[in-house]
Amino acid sequence: MTFIAQFNYWVAMALLAIGLYIVIARGNLVKKLVGLAIFQTSVYLLYISAGKIIGGTAPIIAQGLAVYSNPLPHVLILTAIVVGVATLALGLALVVRIKEAYGTIEEDDIHSQDEER
Amino acid sequence: MIAQHFPALQVVVPLMAAPLCVLLRNARLAWAMALAVSWAMVFVAGSLLARVLQEGVISYALGSWEPPWGIEYRIDPLNAFVLVLVSLVGALVISYSRESVDHEVRREQHYLFYAAYLLCLAGLLGIAITGDAFNVFVFLEISSLSTYVLIALGRDRRALTASYQYLIMGTIGATFIVIGVGLLYLMTGTLNMHDLSQRLPAVEHTRPVLAALAFLTVGISLKLALFPLHLWLPNAYAFAPSMVTAFLAATATKVAVYLLLRFFFTVFGAPLVLGEMPLPEILLALSLAAMFAMSIVATFQDDVKRMLAYSSVAQIGYITLGVSTGTAAGLTGTVVHLFNHGITKGALFLLLGCMAMGMKRVTLQHMRGIGRIMPVTTFGVVIGGLGLIGVPLTAGFVSKWYLVLGALERGWWWVAVLILASSLLAVVYVWRIVEAAYFKPPGEQVARLREAPLSMLVPAWAMIAATVYFGVDTRFTAGVAARVAELLLGGFR
Amino acid sequence: MLLVLLLASALAIVRARNLFAVVVLSGIYSFIMATQLTVLDAVDVAMTEASVGAGISTVLLLGTLYLTGSEEAAPGHRPVLPLLVAIATAGMLIYGTLGIPVFGDPSGPIHQHVAPRYLQEAVEATGIPNVVTAVLASYRGYDTLGETTVIFTAGIGVILLLGMGRRARYGAQGQGGGMQEYLVLRVIAKLLIPFALLFALYVQFHGDFGPGGGFQAGVILAAGVIFYTIIFGLANAQRLVPPRLVEILVALGVAIYALVGDIGLLLGGNYLDYFVLDRDPVHGQHRGVFWVEAGVCITVAGVMLAIFFAFAGRRRRPDAKS
Repeated sequence: MTFIAQFNYWVAMALLAIGLYIVIARGNLVKKLVGLAIFQTSVYLLYISAGKIIGGTAPIIAQGLAVYSNPLPHVLILTAIVVGVATLALGLALVVRIKEAYGTIEEDDIHSQDEER
Repeated sequence: MIAQHFPALQVVVPLMAAPLCVLLRNARLAWAMALAVSWAMVFVAGSLLARVLQEGVISYALGSWEPPWGIEYRIDPLNAFVLVLVSLVGALVISYSRESVDHEVRREQHYLFYAAYLLCLAGLLGIAITGDAFNVFVFLEISSLSTYVLIALGRDRRALTASYQYLIMGTIGATFIVIGVGLLYLMTGTLNMHDLSQRLPAVEHTRPVLAALAFLTVGISLKLALFPLHLWLPNAYAFAPSMVTAFLAATATKVAVYLLLRFFFTVFGAPLVLGEMPLPEILLALSLAAMFAMSIVATFQDDVKRMLAYSSVAQIGYITLGVSTGTAAGLTGTVVHLFNHGITKGALFLLLGCMAMGMKRVTLQHMRGIGRIMPVTTFGVVIGGLGLIGVPLTAGFVSKWYLVLGALERGWWWVAVLILASSLLAVVYVWRIVEAAYFKPPGEQVARLREAPLSMLVPAWAMIAATVYFGVDTRFTAGVAARVAELLLGGFR
Repeated sequence: MLLVLLLASALAIVRARNLFAVVVLSGIYSFIMATQLTVLDAVDVAMTEASVGAGISTVLLLGTLYLTGSEEAAPGHRPVLPLLVAIATAGMLIYGTLGIPVFGDPSGPIHQHVAPRYLQEAVEATGIPNVVTAVLASYRGYDTLGETTVIFTAGIGVILLLGMGRRARYGAQGQGGGMQEYLVLRVIAKLLIPFALLFALYVQFHGDFGPGGGFQAGVILAAGVIFYTIIFGLANAQRLVPPRLVEILVALGVAIYALVGDIGLLLGGNYLDYFVLDRDPVHGQHRGVFWVEAGVCITVAGVMLAIFFAFAGRRRRPDAKS
């Protein structure tokens, strides 16, 4: 089990850490959502890498092809992508409303406005 | 003949009713449809529970593909019990909600509001009933997204930030669950929970499976609002529309508890989770922290909804405490409290919603003297408060009884003492409410209020009456819970 | 190599303070991800990630930036705790993957048990060579119903939160006017939009035989109309596709999908059973998949459009509190 062979997985994990870091460490609401998206896509990479078979091809049955990569992770990740964009859309709608209500989309400014009340 | 399809209909009927609400575009019709569907679902859940208690596990193959190639709905006493709780609370909340929603949400949005509510209901029922691990994620997201929407419709602008915060934390939690399920799939090749429970023992001690357990636990705990991952809950409960808070407080976290139980005991199995991992100790520590710290924070709140929200986090600590004992009595306490706390908190938030009809925020300040003006409502709150404390004759007492028994069975007598001690903390914050309501002179705002309309009082009081009823007659709740505890510990599904 | 580029763009997003740059970088990131997915044989997924991640998400983010401003404030606190949390989580995942089968190895447990039967049986049982479509729409069709419902939920959520820009039809057009005075854009739009719509239909129906299907088709369909809106203005677009119609589409797709399941029930099978939809079970599968994918396409197109209209129709207010 060499490092290079598992490179796909290492990258997925690094992306996971990067995405999670952006969500927690950054205060701008839009940037947090972008971080969330990176976090979620890292999981897609993880699943799809797991389903790949070296020497296989896309799981569309055709003449002359024998080895196919695993279709199940594809199905699951398709669902996950769609769920991800649904979440992003809702998150952005909330950000727009928050901007209208508070005048800012920086977490710290919003907190201080709420403290004043 | 149609009864054999009840498993599917339990989720599909509310799921179909939602787009119908949107197509019909009429607020009255939407509410009526939500009402009819919710009560129909109580009937379906009840009959499923009756059937499962008699016949054993019910399995339903969606699309007629046999599991694990297709998705399976698998019902045993645990999730049938949860289905009954969720549908019952849903039905009572929607019966109550017409005036409350009229008051708190803009008229032209009602048909969308009820559609979102139906989706939330369908999502929660879907999580409870499914036997496929990835299907859990899909319905978790249905219920979560509709919840974010419903919370954001609160009148205060802080409802928006509360919803955003919940969105971020909830999505992280859901993604952790996907990672966990993915790791399990990687090691066993299947997504079906029953199948997983058969195949996992062979690979139980590998790192991926243990990591999967960790990810699943953290992800579900975020949804459960287990201390310290509870940060989204107080704001969400405080600023959402009243009927939304009531519905969520009674169901959302309870379904998450169900999920934890299902993964811990059915998929992974008690020997691994409780025997070999340090999970009982961690859970115990976090539960005790929740019980004490959150009760203390609750006493300092002025906003009553917020106070009860912190109280909820504390009560969830009791529920997870039962799991950490790993004994039959402890688990019985967990399952019983799942039900009891659900109806108690749900009832309390409904009654607070009655009060909220007349004031912008339900705070101890604004509440002064309300006992005289809204006597029925306030008395209901008092009974609910007693239920939170765990006074004998209320449902709360039954749960605490089993939890104490569970702790003693484990030899943790000091935990039993702590359980009783934390109940005393609950007395403090309940007393603050009682004091404000009865022993202070009414403010000018309160003087203008009237008692809540019957359409709101009847469902709310039905729930409060239930907390007393189930405190006295425990055959149903404790009976089913005991049976469930046995099954869970025995690893049978 | 692609993977390194992915890392680089993600790190760039962390550092970038100008949100416009962040959005462009995230579009690049999604596009590289889609390419990497293709390399990993996940062609349907790559198509979805490209259209949804690089396409729709970028549009939505830009729409949000237009309404909220595009500079991020300097981070106030030392980011030690978040860094630790992120590293701890990745660490747990690394720990978890130390025991997994080697990448690309066909003998791993993931490739036994459930997956082989899909690959062997799908064409026979359902008549659909694209196994991903077969599993998505039939074997695990219930999950896909749930997924369509998730999109539907997001759609009504955005409508509830932002409305659908109905005012644009009546109001003055400072921002909603479009760019039709630019001749070149108008001509190109008129050439591309019909092609885009046709391509969407192709993706929809060819999804059984190649990458494609309801989601991708719905997104491309919506993209065509969005393109029209950008060039010709929101008012014109809403005359063409009124918000009322969009709302109906949003709900109709899910209703169709759920209805197919009900029909299966009425004809004697379980919910979402396609075998009973015709005397020949394989033909029944075809029918089921066809209608179900149609439902998906309708709802996805409707929701993407509804969300775009919602963002586009929101007036940009000068920092006023509502």
